[in-house]
Amino acid sequence: MTMEAEQVREKVGSILDKYERNEGMLVSILQDTQAALGYLAREALLEVSAGLEVPLSQVYSVATFFRAFSLKPRGRHLIDVCLGTACHVRGAVGILDAIERETEIKQGDTSEDMRFSLETVNCVGACALGPIVIIDGKYEGEMKIDKVKPLLASYE
Amino acid sequence: MKGEASMVTLTIDGRTVQAEEGAMVLDVATENGIFIPTLCAHESVTPYGACRLCLVEVKTANGRERLVTSCLYPVEEGLEVTTDSEKIIRNRQTIIDLLLARCPESTVIQDMARKLGVEESSYPLEDHGNCILCALCVRACQEVVGVSAISLVNRGVEREMAIPFFDDSTACIACGSCSYICPTNAISMEDSDGIRTIRMPNNVTEFEMVPCKVCGNYWMPQKQVEYISKTTGIEPEFFDTCTNCRD
Ligand code: SF4
Ligand code: FES
Ligand code: FES
Repeated sequence: MTMEAEQVREKVGSILDKYERNEGMLVSILQDTQAALGYLAREALLEVSAGLEVPLSQVYSVATFFRAFSLKPRGRHLIDVCLGTACHVRGAVGILDAIERETEIKQGDTSEDMRFSLETVNCVGACALGPIVIIDGKYEGEMKIDKVKPLLASYE
Repeated sequence: MKGEASMVTLTIDGRTVQAEEGAMVLDVATENGIFIPTLCAHESVTPYGACRLCLVEVKTANGRERLVTSCLYPVEEGLEVTTDSEKIIRNRQTIIDLLLARCPESTVIQDMARKLGVEESSYPLEDHGNCILCALCVRACQEVVGVSAISLVNRGVEREMAIPFFDDSTACIACGSCSYICPTNAISMEDSDGIRTIRMPNNVTEFEMVPCKVCGNYWMPQKQVEYISKTTGIEPEFFDTCTNCRD
């Protein structure tokens, strides 16, 4: 899945050009880079830093600050488990455990076959339906531990 | 009016003082011999308001009262500042209590806690290598040294001070400014046998030093020599002799 450094440089180069190498557009540039590559490759961040003449430490700081950015390649399906207060008291941790067992990955990681990436979020504003799991943007309310297996099975 | 800053009059703990407009309450208090505890303020870098220990109460001329961080709050005409009320003392205790839980091993934090009346933390103890995330190191590296080799990374409870990718010290010139400025000694620096070792909460890096051609003492990191000669135009050979051996 990982792209050749050369390709990364080319893609990032055209994104930088699009924003006229304006360092004030750092976040947008990282967003576009993530969209183009699927994640923020190390090579890409080096390229952004050099292209904008912004220290790498600052680019890295921004890239690790926003949840929407990922520094590792992501799987085909993104699972978000809500651990907000309401979901938490309704057993979200148990759901997360079950998903971790089923996918054999920990939160923040991606399975080796690139099928799933697993993340947690804090409240997605659907508390009444908690515990909530979101897969590829689709909300699954009132999750139960025994619903985990069949739910995940429907994602190739 | 260029050059001539206008003055404002305010009170701090009931004392009337004059200060230059735009000066921060913390600095004005310090100039007037009024002590406010701080951890993340330093005269060489811009204020950041991270530690929140410097809390004071202010009442503006039109009667608005609130708690503010004095390192970031500019003085204004008619401001009434209180630095030692019950409320402030309680707030500071909570803050230092939390910092003590974060850095139970830091003698600096322990001393500060005792001074503020907290003997032991009432929160679960953690270990963050004594780092309180004040960003003094980050600011010094960026604003004073000008290399920005380090930053605060991640967010929320995972926030840490680090070099890029936790392993890339390319930009670091090993000057040690971060270590000098760190209020809690979370960054240490040691020179031995021509190697400077800088230990940060998340990584340890070794740097080669150059020896003085007169006395033979290793006295400056190679990368610092390169950086200074690049930014000033001074020939690298100038640094072959240490400051002690120059006449
Ligand atoms: S290492 Fe020291 S100076 Fe840097 S953020 Fe941590 S406590 Fe502050
Ligand atoms: S806590 Fe999960 S949606 Fe609000
Ligand atoms: S000194 Fe003001 S917040 Fe730290």
